[in-house]
Amino acid sequence: MAQVLKAPKKLREFFIEIGELSYFASRFFKEFLRPPYEFKELLRQCYQMGNRSLVLVLVTGFIIGLVMDLQSRPTMIQFGAVSMMPNMVGITIVRELGPIITALVCAGRIASGIGAELGSMRVTEQIDAMEVSGTNPFKYLVVTRIVATTLMLPLLVVLGDAVALYGSALVEYFKGGVSFQLYFNTVFKALSYGDLVPATVKSFFFGFAIGLVGCFKGYYSKKGTAGVGVAANTAVVFTSMLLFVIDFIAVFISDIFYDL
Amino acid sequence: MMEAKNDIAPIKKQPAQREVILQIKNLNKSFGDNKVLNGFDMTLYKGENLVVMGKSGSGKSVMIKCLVGLMQADSGYISVMGKEIKTLDRDTLDALRSDIGFLFQGSALYDSMTVRENLEFPMRRHKKKLGNVTDTEPLVLEALKSVGLAHTMDLMPNELSGGMQRRVALARTLILRPKIILYDEPTSGLDPITSKEIIELMRNIQKKYDTSSLIITHDMDCARVISERMILLVDGTNYAEGTYEELIQSDDPKVEAFFKK
Repeated sequence: MAQVLKAPKKLREFFIEIGELSYFASRFFKEFLRPPYEFKELLRQCYQMGNRSLVLVLVTGFIIGLVMDLQSRPTMIQFGAVSMMPNMVGITIVRELGPIITALVCAGRIASGIGAELGSMRVTEQIDAMEVSGTNPFKYLVVTRIVATTLMLPLLVVLGDAVALYGSALVEYFKGGVSFQLYFNTVFKALSYGDLVPATVKSFFFGFAIGLVGCFKGYYSKKGTAGVGVAANTAVVFTSMLLFVIDFIAVFISDIFYDL
Repeated sequence: MMEAKNDIAPIKKQPAQREVILQIKNLNKSFGDNKVLNGFDMTLYKGENLVVMGKSGSGKSVMIKCLVGLMQADSGYISVMGKEIKTLDRDTLDALRSDIGFLFQGSALYDSMTVRENLEFPMRRHKKKLGNVTDTEPLVLEALKSVGLAHTMDLMPNELSGGMQRRVALARTLILRPKIILYDEPTSGLDPITSKEIIELMRNIQKKYDTSSLIITHDMDCARVISERMILLVDGTNYAEGTYEELIQSDDPKVEAFFKK
């Protein structure tokens, strides 16, 4: 009975959190448009975000391309469609796997980092110190980070996609004797705007979600140092969940516009 | 160790007939059902050192945060240099904040920045006040020299001891030449010798820069040495007020309990 009674409370807390996150997002847009602009800090954050995740994204992308080709190849051979391997891998990676895997890797790397960093700044009163010194901490810490993740994620996705295709091309080269030129020619022939545009657009949304949730969890971190760990952890969980929701919506909308 | 602090002679000044620089009237603040501040009143005069003491959870930190607009009071009047805090827009409040230095309990140095960057940070928004300086190094150096840490300019906060961090934080509050300095537990977490050094520093700063200070502390030695007047905060309200000598002679059980702690 107690469990039954607890359920609505948890549900209520979930919706309260969604409401607070929406308010946080609206505050972001308000502060984003209003001067002064923190360009120097934005550039620093862009460098940090991109640099911090680049190696991880490249390694993950390469392995995904490699594994995907290796796993799909026997089935394609069975159906006599091995020549379609570059098309299949190319479309799968560009449309879906590249953006979502890169976003998930960045959620683990960047969202948790932002959550822990801002949480620790909150606990040690650094955010209050910033406010007292006349700098708007929301603009300096939150706006710059969200804009940086929004701008950097599509770049990371492009690089991740390229490396994943290269991994797949390597398998095709060694197992099927397909040259790199032929492989990439086939891939680019198979890709259309309907594959590239929605993938790029949703990458911006993924980046926005990573920055938004990471900042939200860290900025409102509570309960001392324990709260910093909670902020980092919940930032990853919440972001990952949100990424799949955004992905679903993006695919749904793409289907309407591009008739996938 | 504690006796070492007693080497410093208390300040003996009369607060009467001074200009009011900061005033709080009937301040109330609650968190849910917990009433933290309950009609608190306070006046700080120009050049005065006022100490506010009270048990943990008595509302001292909440009061000091309401003073600089970090928290919104439920009701009451707060005026800093004649300006009522809750009527100010963000830009005016930020400008006013440049006249208020705030030393946080845990120093609150930005740990991703060097000491130099920590000191330069408050100047970003208040360059006008400092005469539109382009070269900030002399100001940073002067502030660091005034706390005896000129050699730490390019170090990171985690390379400094707790006492040094507190000094750098003090230098950061001084960089904008504030008229009022708010100290939130300036000696907490420090050993007695370092505490004594910080207290000395606070006195020197007040003499050199002619600041008014509001000090929140549990440290009785700090209060004895630095205070001209004290307020004892109990259950969110002014329970007792007077000089250190007056309060220590009080036979009120709550005041006695606090001073004999």
